[in-house]
Amino acid sequence: MRGLRESLIELIRRTSAEIPDDVQRGILRGLEQEKEGTIAKSALEIIEKNIELAKRKSQPLCQDTGSILFYVDCPVGLNQFEFEAEARDAVLEATKRGFLRQNSVDSITGKNDGTNLGPGSPNMHFHQHATDEIQVRLMLKGGGCENVGAQFSLPNTALKANRDLDGCRKVILEAVHQAQGKGCGPGILGVCIGGDRASGYEFSKREFLRMLDDRNPDPKLNELEQDILKTANELGIGPMGFGGKTTLLGVKIGAANRVPASYFVSISYMCWAFRRHGASLAQDGTISDWLY
Amino acid sequence: MTHHLTSPVSEEAIRELKVGDQVLISGVVFTGRDAVHKYLHEGGELPSGVNLEGGIIYHCGPVVLKDENDEWKVVAAGPTTSIREEPYQGDIMKHFGVRGVIGKGGMADKTLAACKDHGAVYLHAIGGAAQVLAECIVRVRNVYMLEEFGSPEAIWELEVNEFPAVVTMDSLGESLHKDVRSQSEEALADRR
Ligand code: SF4
Repeated sequence: MRGLRESLIELIRRTSAEIPDDVQRGILRGLEQEKEGTIAKSALEIIEKNIELAKRKSQPLCQDTGSILFYVDCPVGLNQFEFEAEARDAVLEATKRGFLRQNSVDSITGKNDGTNLGPGSPNMHFHQHATDEIQVRLMLKGGGCENVGAQFSLPNTALKANRDLDGCRKVILEAVHQAQGKGCGPGILGVCIGGDRASGYEFSKREFLRMLDDRNPDPKLNELEQDILKTANELGIGPMGFGGKTTLLGVKIGAANRVPASYFVSISYMCWAFRRHGASLAQDGTISDWLY
Repeated sequence: MTHHLTSPVSEEAIRELKVGDQVLISGVVFTGRDAVHKYLHEGGELPSGVNLEGGIIYHCGPVVLKDENDEWKVVAAGPTTSIREEPYQGDIMKHFGVRGVIGKGGMADKTLAACKDHGAVYLHAIGGAAQVLAECIVRVRNVYMLEEFGSPEAIWELEVNEFPAVVTMDSLGESLHKDVRSQSEEALADRR
């Protein structure tokens, strides 16, 4: 796979500099609905201008280029060890070229060696599937929005949230309220109902790989997604927490089985600078198609 | 309404600003985030050349590269979350004479009280708008503590031109963050 490294560098560049079309459409809808002359409107105008500028200059949309999360769907037999080595080289090179900030810190020593490489960085998720195709997706998940994520264990007495979908609704809306504008809203929620503490957050992030304007095939979850989106946008938190109508651009909810004793609701918050792209790769590692 | 602010800035100019006002900032700002705030609060001295009297601190970890002429160039420079500096900010404002803090997400009571007593404001920049904001940075004047803290955490002395922000905490003790939080709390109570 001689072309792999260059493909991954290009994937990183594109993810860092170009907002996916589905997200851009969401932001434009927000812009239309905010009132002229409000600070909410002017915040979204600056965001829109920023999106254009980053793309034109091929530079990071946001200076926090985030945690580097790769999701690879691959055929049986792909050499994951080699793939990961190429991904690490691509990260190093993308950092040198300024597509990624020097953004990875040793948690014990506090040192940032400027490479973006270390335990858990980049974060690789391999998943085998039954076709020949290799698909690689990349998410750059900023820290500000990651910090406002939340995990609830139901029942929750204070919020009167039971172990049912109404209980889920209550804690998810609570998370939106607690986040206010701190996660650089308008935001997108990825939610997992169930799982354990680790898999819950893990699955909640995978929800961000869905298209922003898709519909959940599960009618109950679809209803919950639409309800939370609508309700959150009636809270008046608005872009950046300045007040306004555009608090969330989307809500994506999935479920995982749980053990009878646990009932977690894990909520990841993604900022407006929703950076994820993906590509299908040909056998030689070159990009054959973009996924978003 | 939109105000033009030039930094360093006087207390009078700061006291005129009200929550919800938009400002365009020109002049010099210093970046400072977690490492710098902790260091200064623990009694660390400002590096020589850094004067925060009437100054503006920008909570920002920029992406900065050297260009062909070996000059620093800011590639991306949006605000970082300010609340992490809440334990330190009020004291630092008073001690060094800081008149404004640019960041995102707002700050809490201790900083709000310091804004009122000392005469300072919190200026909310657009989180994530790294490119628009980088365009407003006309020059990197200097960098301090780069070795100790690394690039995102260093003190960058930046010359800015018409850098846009919104006053969300003013010197009268008003906070947009408090208002929006309590309004959204009420709205949520009706919809639970
Ligand atoms: S939350 Fe997102 S937009 Fe805001 S600073 Fe972090 S990465 Fe950037």
